Amino acid sequence: MTDKFISIEAIARRYPGADGKETTVFEDLWLSMGRGEFGCVIGHSGCGKTTVLNILAGLDQPSEGAVIVDGQAIEGTSLDRAVIFQSHALLPWRTVLGNVAYAVTSKWRNWDRAKVKAHAQTFIDLVGLTGSEHKRPSELSGGMKQRVGIARALSITPKIMLMDEPFSALDALTRGTLQDEVRRICLETGQTAFMITHDVDEAIYLADKIFLMTNGPGAVLAEIVENPLPKDRGRIDLHRHPYYYALRNHIVDFLVSRSKTFASDVTDHDPRNVPVVRPGKPELVIASGPGDSEQASWPGLSRPSTSS
Amino acid sequence: MTSSLRFRAAVVSIVLFAAFLGIWHLATRPTAAAHNMSPEYAKLMGLTATQGKSAMPGPLDVGAKLWEHLRQPFYDNGPNDKGLGIQLGYSIARVALGYFLAVIVAIPLGFLIGMSPLISKALDPFIQVLKPISPLAWMPLALYTIKDSSISAIFVIFICSVWPMLLNTAFGVAAVRKEWINVARTLEVGTVRRAFTVILPAAAPTILTGMRISIGIAWLVIVAAEMLVGGTGIGYFVWNEWNNLSITNVIIAILLIGIVGMLLDQILARFTRMVTFPE
Ligand SMILES: Nc1ncnc2c1ncn2[C@@H]1O[C@H](COP(=O)(O)OP(=O)(O)OP(=O)(O)O)[C@@H](O)[C@H]1O
Ligand SMILES: [Mg+2]
Repeated sequence: MTDKFISIEAIARRYPGADGKETTVFEDLWLSMGRGEFGCVIGHSGCGKTTVLNILAGLDQPSEGAVIVDGQAIEGTSLDRAVIFQSHALLPWRTVLGNVAYAVTSKWRNWDRAKVKAHAQTFIDLVGLTGSEHKRPSELSGGMKQRVGIARALSITPKIMLMDEPFSALDALTRGTLQDEVRRICLETGQTAFMITHDVDEAIYLADKIFLMTNGPGAVLAEIVENPLPKDRGRIDLHRHPYYYALRNHIVDFLVSRSKTFASDVTDHDPRNVPVVRPGKPELVIASGPGDSEQASWPGLSRPSTSS
Repeated sequence: MTSSLRFRAAVVSIVLFAAFLGIWHLATRPTAAAHNMSPEYAKLMGLTATQGKSAMPGPLDVGAKLWEHLRQPFYDNGPNDKGLGIQLGYSIARVALGYFLAVIVAIPLGFLIGMSPLISKALDPFIQVLKPISPLAWMPLALYTIKDSSISAIFVIFICSVWPMLLNTAFGVAAVRKEWINVARTLEVGTVRRAFTVILPAAAPTILTGMRISIGIAWLVIVAAEMLVGGTGIGYFVWNEWNNLSITNVIIAILLIGIVGMLLDQILARFTRMVTFPE
């Protein structure tokens, strides 16, 4: 990590629990991302993914620690960090155009009507909603609503896009199309993106880095998985890539078993220097044969290297 | 399908109304005249006794009188004899004024209560105590302090219409979906603009529902208030005609009160529909 565009430094989030004790969702969490990177967070329900994203968005404050974006500690929300909400969060009394225009006028307050409209239209076209500008959210399908949410987020030309399970409520087909669009837009505009997902394939397709979180309470960022797949990967033939299964199995293994036992298994976990893993070729796994220890059965897996 | 249902419902309504008029007519029909009655007593009692005419007017009497009123709604022959249009006009004007003042106070205050948990908690005991007080209980206090019967009536309208609006506004504002607020926050929308572009449209249906309840209560209360303060207005008209023993006029006034109340409700219902958004 040469330049840290986003740097989450030792944040903790605690809630006052019952009987006066505090529940700690997570503490001493460090995470950083470079400019133009696409990061995906995977972890079980309730581990604190939304909490991290809300803190990053400025909608929630950490109990301890700080978030630094582009060299500055963040204070509250910002037009530089756009959020795509899981529930799309469109304003139902506004049309598609009205919803996007609301964001545009919030960023450029002195633009005149025509300019706002033209700008909003560009982004409505970009997400393929041309012709639906004057529909209200209630007249749109789930996928179309989510597209409006994406158009609204993009229209303010943010530096970072934050997405909390943006496609989880959609059917597989629509989800695929939107994944393609988000990926295309992020690559074209060089967006830095931070996304929460429960879908391993979605993470493999979209992410440059996959952050694996252990189960809460007291969740930690266990590992950072670097995506070994080439940048020009396609969604359809993703599974044909030689590294695909190694990567997928690694993530699924983590979710199935290691995320539960991580805290007891790994005693020397340094939250500041989370191991970076780059799962490798599956052929090597077969070549190694049975009988090896678990670690050795994954020779293609580069040794957990630490990053700074 | 639905249009045929509506048509059938209309037919049933008309049949019911006709049946009601028929029964009314039969019940108030003149009965056989009393025979053995002293002429002086008969003279004193008028037609009611001599020709067996019912004291309760029939639908034809009411219809004829109503026609008379409708032909001349705005005549003014001094304080005790004004056209029904004028009387209704006074009542509507009082309701409008008191209601308007209540809107001006209740909606901003409701916003404040809805947006600030502190103010909400601080004002709660006052609202809890003041809300259940019958608006007419304020009348003597109002008359004493304001010393003007007409303004006192307006004050009573204000006080009775303020509560539903205040509580509904506060509730509507407090219940605005968190995600809409979060949208405004991520777009760095300031408090004032947020109040007008997110909270107001989101809470508008709830606010309008409160306003609709208020106009209904205000129209109920104005009749009673005008009976108390006297002078002008449809409430005063009812009371005055009762004193004149003109049951026909009382029935006509009752009918008009109902119709105006319905119209006021319909106007607010239309506004409510205008601000309601489908989700
Ligand atoms: N207001 C709150 N008060 C107390 N605890 C809370 C509150 N909000 C969240 N939590 C706790 O914080 C933890 C993390 O919540 P969070 O919403 O971040 O989970 P998540 O990882 O996003 O889960 P999911 O995948 O289900 O969305 C949960 O265990 C939850 O119980
Ligand atoms: Mg969540």
